[in-house]
Parts: sequence; C-alpha cells; structure tokens
Amino acid sequence: MTDVVPYGALAAIAAMSFATLLTRLSGHWMMGGITLTPRIRRMLEALPGSVVAALVVPVMVKEGLPATLAMIAVGALMIWRRNEFLALACGIAIAAGLRALY
Amino acid sequence: MTSMQPVASDGAPAPTWSFAGVLAGARVMIPALPGVVVFAAAFGALAAQKGLTLFETVLMSAVVFAGVSQFVSMEIWSPAMTGSLIFAIALSTLVVNLRMVLMSASLQPWIGGAPAWQIYPSLVLMTDGNWVASTRYRKEGGADVGYLFGSGLVIWLFWVPSTAIGQIFGSLLTDPKRFGVDLIVPLYFIALLAPTLEMSRRSLAWISAGVTAVAVFYLVPGHWYVIVGALTGAVVGGLLGDD
Repeated sequence: MTDVVPYGALAAIAAMSFATLLTRLSGHWMMGGITLTPRIRRMLEALPGSVVAALVVPVMVKEGLPATLAMIAVGALMIWRRNEFLALACGIAIAAGLRALY
Repeated sequence: MTSMQPVASDGAPAPTWSFAGVLAGARVMIPALPGVVVFAAAFGALAAQKGLTLFETVLMSAVVFAGVSQFVSMEIWSPAMTGSLIFAIALSTLVVNLRMVLMSASLQPWIGGAPAWQIYPSLVLMTDGNWVASTRYRKEGGADVGYLFGSGLVIWLFWVPSTAIGQIFGSLLTDPKRFGVDLIVPLYFIALLAPTLEMSRRSLAWISAGVTAVAVFYLVPGHWYVIVGALTGAVVGGLLGDD
C-alpha cells in the first residue's frame, strides 16, 4: 500500500466519483429497505457542520493568531451582514495584513 | 380533470417532466451563480497549488461535482499517490458527502415514481443549493422533476469551467500564503456555517468535532483528524435528543 500507484491521481478521482455517486443515489435505492430512524437523521444533520469544525479548528490552532482573527471576523460578518463576498474579502485581508506585520 | 390528478406518496401531485420545468429550475439558481464561480475558481487555484494538472482538476470537478469534498481531498492530496492515500481520499469524500444520502432520500416521495432516465441525471447533478431550491419548489406544490434537473445542471455548467480558470491563475501564484489564499477554504466554510450557529444541539456536536479534530491532529500523524472529528460530531449529534 506504500508503493506509488501509476495514474494515481486519476485513480483517486475515480474513487471520489464513485463514493459521491453512492451518496447521491443511495437515498433513492434505500427507501424501500432501510428507513431513516430519528437518530440516524440527527447524525446526518450534524455531519456537515462537524466536517467544517473538524477542518477549521486544527487550522486555527496550527496557523495561530492571524488565521484565528480572520476566522472570527468572517463568522461575525456573516452573522451581521450575511454577505459571503464581504466576509471572505475582509477575512483574507485581515490574514494577509497580520501576516505582513508579524 | 383537476379532481382526477394523480397524487404521489407525499400527497402532492405525481412527478411530471417538461422543458419549461428545466428552464424554471435553471433560472431560480441564477442568484447563486456568482458564489459558484468564486468557490469553483478557489478550488481550481488550490488544486494547482497541490500539483493537479488542468485536465485532472477539470475532470474532478466534472465527475465528482461536490465542492466541499473536493476541497477536503486537496488537504490530503499528494502527487505521489499510494494505495492507502487513495483509500483515505475516497473515505473522506464518502464521509463529507454522507449528507447527500439524507438529501436524496428526502426527494424520494416526489421523484420516486418518475422514470429512471429522469431520476438518475437529476440525482447525479444534485448539490446542496439546488436541493434547497427544489425542496422549496416541492413544498409549494411543484411536481416537475425537470426543475430538479435544470437547477442542478446550470450549477454544473458554471462549476466546471470556473475551476479551469482558477487552476490556470492558481498555477501562476508563487506564494499563496502571503496573500492569505491558503485560508480561503476554512474561511469559506465558516461563512457557510456561521448563520446557522444559534441551534444549540448542533453547536454542541460541532464543538465536539472541533475538539476531537485538534486532539487527533496532534496525536495521530496524517490527515485522519478530519474524518475522526466529523464522525465524532455526527455521533454526538445523533446521541443528543431533539431540543
């Protein structure tokens, strides 16, 4: 499993495509068989936010104050103005600015 | 005539299909397209930094077509692709996209009775944005499966070329960290998540996900922290009852 696979990038893309198709179509295939219990439904509902948290929090810890302040700014601006462009632009400007100062 | 209209299992009218429905679905997504273009270009730029060729970047966008999982795969990606890395990439893609099981299942009462040639293309092109729009359309009594297909197709048509543009410009950028470009992904995710923060039960699940991810990040080498953190959050969210 440690050898480099020829055409590995294409193999990885194919594997990702297969995994994604499985999730898109399984709701259609499943419905006759398994029913979604309230617990499974709650787990699937908590999943997108959990993916985001699992991605973002380690980056905060690893990249330190500039990244953390940029993230807090984006969160606050989104709650305040609900404007993705404004929030992202300010967040990136804060990160770049603080990194230039440090 | 109207009293004899066939009804689907959710009590709303049985599925139909028309070109007008495809157009209506495409039209409703127009306000979302600038966001799609920016997000796709950011992915393309990141893919270029990670060593993907233009062909590989466009191919991934065309056949995976699930933005968040594409970004997550870039966190793990390496030009020296081993069997275990391919497995990890496929697994993280599966975990990140598991929410689409719920999304496609929720459409079943509406589209389940439609012919396969309408169901499969519509589900293959389904993303978060057009699922929300189509769910709203169905609640308002809509029955045209073309609406689901058209709203998905228009996003795909903008998503794929925009990643190509991002890849070309991203490969010209020599020091992405200096301009904060390496933070686009986490910042974008925060922007998506922040407006929904008030729900207490989910915030607890997300906090568990974040804390677990940090712990795994430092204790376990590699990229397992995303998968372990996300699954922990999902389990906590499932164990906590409805508030």
